[in-house]
Amino acid sequence: MTIYFTKDHEWIRVEGDTGTVGITAYAAGQLGDVVYVELPETGAKFSKGDDFAVVESVKAASDVYAPVSGSVVEVNGALADAPETVNAAAEGDAWFVRVKLADRAELSGLMDQAAYEAFCEGL
Amino acid sequence: MADTTTQPLKKTALHALHVEYGGKIVEFAGYDMPVQFPTGVKEEHLWTRSEAGLFDVSHMGPCFLTLNSGTRAEPAAHEEIAALVETLVPSDIKGLKPGQSRLTVLLNADGGILDDLIITRPYAEDRQGMLYIVVNGAMKEQDWGLFEAALAGQATLTRADDRVLFALQGPKAEKVLAAYFPECAGLKFMESRRMYLDGARCMVSRCGYTGEDGFEVLIPAEAGAEFVRLLLDDPCVRPIGLGARDSLRLEAGLCLYGHDLSPEISPVEADLSWVIQKRRREAGDFPGAERILRELKEGPARKRVGIRPLERAPAREGTEIYVDGVPAGIVTSGGFGPSLDAPVAMGYIDAAFAAAGTKIELMVRGKARPAAIASLPFIPARYKR
Repeated sequence: MTIYFTKDHEWIRVEGDTGTVGITAYAAGQLGDVVYVELPETGAKFSKGDDFAVVESVKAASDVYAPVSGSVVEVNGALADAPETVNAAAEGDAWFVRVKLADRAELSGLMDQAAYEAFCEGL
Repeated sequence: MADTTTQPLKKTALHALHVEYGGKIVEFAGYDMPVQFPTGVKEEHLWTRSEAGLFDVSHMGPCFLTLNSGTRAEPAAHEEIAALVETLVPSDIKGLKPGQSRLTVLLNADGGILDDLIITRPYAEDRQGMLYIVVNGAMKEQDWGLFEAALAGQATLTRADDRVLFALQGPKAEKVLAAYFPECAGLKFMESRRMYLDGARCMVSRCGYTGEDGFEVLIPAEAGAEFVRLLLDDPCVRPIGLGARDSLRLEAGLCLYGHDLSPEISPVEADLSWVIQKRRREAGDFPGAERILRELKEGPARKRVGIRPLERAPAREGTEIYVDGVPAGIVTSGGFGPSLDAPVAMGYIDAAFAAAGTKIELMVRGKARPAAIASLPFIPARYKR
């Protein structure tokens, strides 16, 4: 199991050809109090970089981008009733979707934990 | 490419305090202003409704208009200065009582709103012939130009935006402020008095923009920075950023200029007909009177309304409103109301659909979402009447 990160502050935890996707704790901190998360439906297909979800704070709405291409196999329905989980556990319970990866080779373009931490420090 | 024409952002006298308290600083109305503090917008919002929130509003446009012949202890002096200002606004300024404040709007020749502002008649008998006015920060250069033209050499405008203007809002505001200004407890909503703090002359007004009881204080910059630091030491008081200021005023059903009000929108459409008192309606002697009096008589074609999305998704500014699949209006302010724990919005809709309870649809990200027209404010105001 390996976790990867994007410059847009999404994470993807990969097991075999399935990935669990969410936004990072850094992103959640920047957004502030999350009040709504809009998720795609199971079966939806995305290309790497597509906006596939929306996360809204009191003040603003922000797009969430697909870290890799794939199709949605499961969505985290618990976020509908408890969007604040994104602030409490961005990289744990507040996962957004599970996707079936279309092309594992896309993972090589993402950052590992250390690289992402260094990236955030530079912001 | 770097934009070389950008002016450096101005800082208020409380800027160092914002930074010290961990404020996240953004550009607003040409100033570096805190949008939120480390506890976040939601917590700041709820704190203001239950304790006391301190807002730096020094970026706004406080000013004084004074007759060139000087202030004097004669009601006629007030009438003289009020007459000059009444050429720009539809409210009864002459009829203000000493120490009374009134919300009004600056109008263009078509009856559109150029800004919303608060005008106060001084209480002191020897200060008649002067008005204290606070306009929006982003509009102050425009507004002050309009005033100067209307004063026509008979009165002088003195800018006061080099001072500190702060608001203390919430149920604990009176208790906190009365320790320094005992007189403030005697004020009612929309009343103002000149008061002194260690010799510093202040203007203390019982008003604000959150729907809560509270005060706005105009105070010289240096004394103001010291005083605000002292107030923030009180465990009831926390600094509040622009984010919560916006969610608080939205829940309170109050308009934000440039969003809910604009040069195309009349006060009748904006549901602000109450700023036009009887004497002015009868006289019809204000800019755009023809349109405004017609709208008062026949009703406006569109109206500002409150909107409650029925699902959890907030509808932001610019969201289109549909009724039975037909475009019927637009959202002008929208977000999330922490006190209601629900999304809230305001917007303009065809008058036929403006009744509270009317079912509408909001197009959010290409999908129609159910919503209903709601009466404003979303939460009852707690002003001290």
